[in-house]
Amino acid sequence: MLSEKDYLVGDTAWCPGCGNFAIREALAGALAELKIEPHRLLICSGIGQAAKIPHYIKANGFNGLHGRALPPALGAKVANKELTVIVESGDGDSYGEGGNHFIHNIRRNPNIAHLIHNNQIYGLTKGQASPTSDPGMVTGVQTGGVVTPALNPLALALVLGAGFVARCFSGEQEHLKATIKAAIDFPGYALVDILQPCISFNKVNTYGWYKKRVYFPEVSDREDWDAALKLAREWGEQIPLGIIYFKPRPTFEDALQVLEGEPLAFRNFKPQELSALQDEFR
Amino acid sequence: MEINILIGGAAGQGMDTVMNLLGKALVREGYGLIYTKDYMSRVRGGHNFSRLRIASGTPWTTIEAIDILVALNEETYKTHKDNLLPTGRVIYDPGLFLLPDHEKRAVPVELEKLAKEAGGAIMANTVAVGALLVLIGLPPVAVEKLLHEVFSSKKGVAEQNIKALKKGYEAAAEYCSACFVLPPKERQSKRLFIEGNQVLGMAALASGCRFLSAYPMTPATGILNYLAAKSKSYPVVVEQAEDEIAAINMALGASYAGVRALTVTSGGGFSLMVEGLSLAGMTETPLVVVVAMRPGPATGLPTRSEQGDLSFVLHAGHGEFPRAVLSATSHEDAFYRLNKAFELADRFQIPVIFLSDQNFADTHRSVEPFDFSRLGYNRHLVGEKDIQKPYRRYLLTEDGISPRMIPGVAEGEVVLVDSDEHDEKGHIIEDAATRVRMVNKRMNKLTALAEEMDEPDLYGDPHPQKLLVGWGSNYGVLREAVNNLAALGVKVALLHFSDLWPLPQKRLLELAGRVKQLYCVENNATGQLAALIRRETGLAIDRLILKYDGRPFMPHEIVGEVEKNA
Repeated sequence: MLSEKDYLVGDTAWCPGCGNFAIREALAGALAELKIEPHRLLICSGIGQAAKIPHYIKANGFNGLHGRALPPALGAKVANKELTVIVESGDGDSYGEGGNHFIHNIRRNPNIAHLIHNNQIYGLTKGQASPTSDPGMVTGVQTGGVVTPALNPLALALVLGAGFVARCFSGEQEHLKATIKAAIDFPGYALVDILQPCISFNKVNTYGWYKKRVYFPEVSDREDWDAALKLAREWGEQIPLGIIYFKPRPTFEDALQVLEGEPLAFRNFKPQELSALQDEFR
Repeated sequence: MEINILIGGAAGQGMDTVMNLLGKALVREGYGLIYTKDYMSRVRGGHNFSRLRIASGTPWTTIEAIDILVALNEETYKTHKDNLLPTGRVIYDPGLFLLPDHEKRAVPVELEKLAKEAGGAIMANTVAVGALLVLIGLPPVAVEKLLHEVFSSKKGVAEQNIKALKKGYEAAAEYCSACFVLPPKERQSKRLFIEGNQVLGMAALASGCRFLSAYPMTPATGILNYLAAKSKSYPVVVEQAEDEIAAINMALGASYAGVRALTVTSGGGFSLMVEGLSLAGMTETPLVVVVAMRPGPATGLPTRSEQGDLSFVLHAGHGEFPRAVLSATSHEDAFYRLNKAFELADRFQIPVIFLSDQNFADTHRSVEPFDFSRLGYNRHLVGEKDIQKPYRRYLLTEDGISPRMIPGVAEGEVVLVDSDEHDEKGHIIEDAATRVRMVNKRMNKLTALAEEMDEPDLYGDPHPQKLLVGWGSNYGVLREAVNNLAALGVKVALLHFSDLWPLPQKRLLELAGRVKQLYCVENNATGQLAALIRRETGLAIDRLILKYDGRPFMPHEIVGEVEKNA
């Protein structure tokens, strides 16, 4: 049986003190506890610091294009439904460049856990605003401060019909691990927005800034959509953490009868068997 | 001996219904034919028309001359009357509009009134089919069986349509019965009546394609429709993507995880896919992309035809990586060549682009049944027993092809692919030496790939003085032009490319030294194949015959240009 450290591979290229380390460890711990074998696990990512994760976790990896982590994950899930598929990327990748795929895959509801390292800044390109940067943040590009309101991923996901919506903080590692486990186990699209400090470029939303604000609200009914939306909109002095909404609905794969039985990738095939296809044209 | 029919009207008047019924009935009777469409980018109104040419030996192209004009509106008559032969006939509805008194070719048939008598105005098209049948001397029974099949699920509808068919037949018989003589039947009567997009859809399915992700775009949508219809009963998943970027990236994910995957689009959509194409090149993920060309730039002429994207697909994608570009001469060729695209993609782990165009996509032709046993399904995948552990997805090999494993087949072994430059295991690197090794590994594949390219097809005079060079869907019209020129005493041949990249050069270079004049005939404004030939071989094409008005060539246009330069 694999332990947490068996999943931790490679030499990380992250800044010392980066929130990514805690997220990586939480993921490794979750994988070990769920006993997901590396060869049956696929991590898809885009581009960014968070998107380097497939290099640092023992798993199959599709480290594709910026913003495009979700589409190959969906394609891979269709090809081999037995793979556990995780999409892991940053806020710029998932909410900015890949915004359209974020929207439409929530609608599709594939059985994919989407872990988003949300540090409210662009790290790899050295400090520009991200879709989740708060107004007022001054950067080398947003020189007068960000003027656009921040994108609210949790509220957006809820409005689009996501069945699993959660927020975590890299500084609450045990909670993060438990939430990642729940997201992987959830039958359908599961969003985990993970707040994390960027120690190099985000001088506003620091570890201390988050630590002072995050709290665990009492969620009595996780199927209460209105209550979830209220929590999703809470931001500022207090930031709620946890699974704020949990309600499975039929998945993308459920609707595809053709996926019943052996994964498509492993089915045998002979072209001759299909020659009756041309009969309709006679 | 041949009959040329043109039916025209406003979008929504159902010209397709007429041509599909008549075309299929004729093919079942054993006649050879081709049916092409010319339509506008609108759902109602405008002027759309279709041509049907029935000829012995299965015609390769439609022509401008018309024997029978079916004018569903007045505009059709006005637009096409000058191409209607003196011996021709025009079928029209005198209840809708009148022809000038001097028009002696008139066959008035009250399409709408007769349809209403049969049970509903909607069957006016069936009345028109009846009228057409009598003019070409085919009994209604030829279409009756088909109507029963088409309307098998709707009680009484077939009977009503048969009534409408007979009414049209009888009404037209008063004016002209069998005044056009059908050509001799083809010997082989079990032919298919099939459209270009249907050929490609069927070829994809029979090549073992399990996943198609696409965003609808004319003229590629027919492939999406075909495979979507089949996804109920065959193991293929069709997903309409949110955009073309998603489409190509989904297909790459599916391919990476182990299935043959396809995406289809036209130039504008392919523009969005370009970064994904580069990703296929970098990650060495097999992928087939059908690009059904239409005139650009930008939205261009959405429903019309052009060969304007050859240069684009040859160069699309940032960075350097190997790819193959194929096209097809005909429906028959397209079936096997799309399979070749899948085979090449899997063997070389590269993206393969198949160039179609509206002229091919929307054209029906009577073709011999396909031989499915000629199709390949060679995946070139390795399993747990074949690999060195730990598995290295990008193992350096002499020919540049690394043993490809898919995820989930070997315990403890993982498959890592990366859009960053990477080492043999797929991990990100930045050192110069690994970079050079990986570029060389990828580009090395071109050597063996080039050997797989088919030489262009040679047709016509074995000792030509003039050589016409063409590619893709222009094959049919060029063949006919060569025949017509030969009849005029011109020593001419056609050299026609299907496989375009890596460019097969041998036959071209051999012939070029022996002919007096080289022509390149292309549906674009700049002569993109001519430019490719010059770049790759240094050979300058003497004359370009180009057409870029959005319409395919007619044989007489090519003949005229060649004669002008005689």
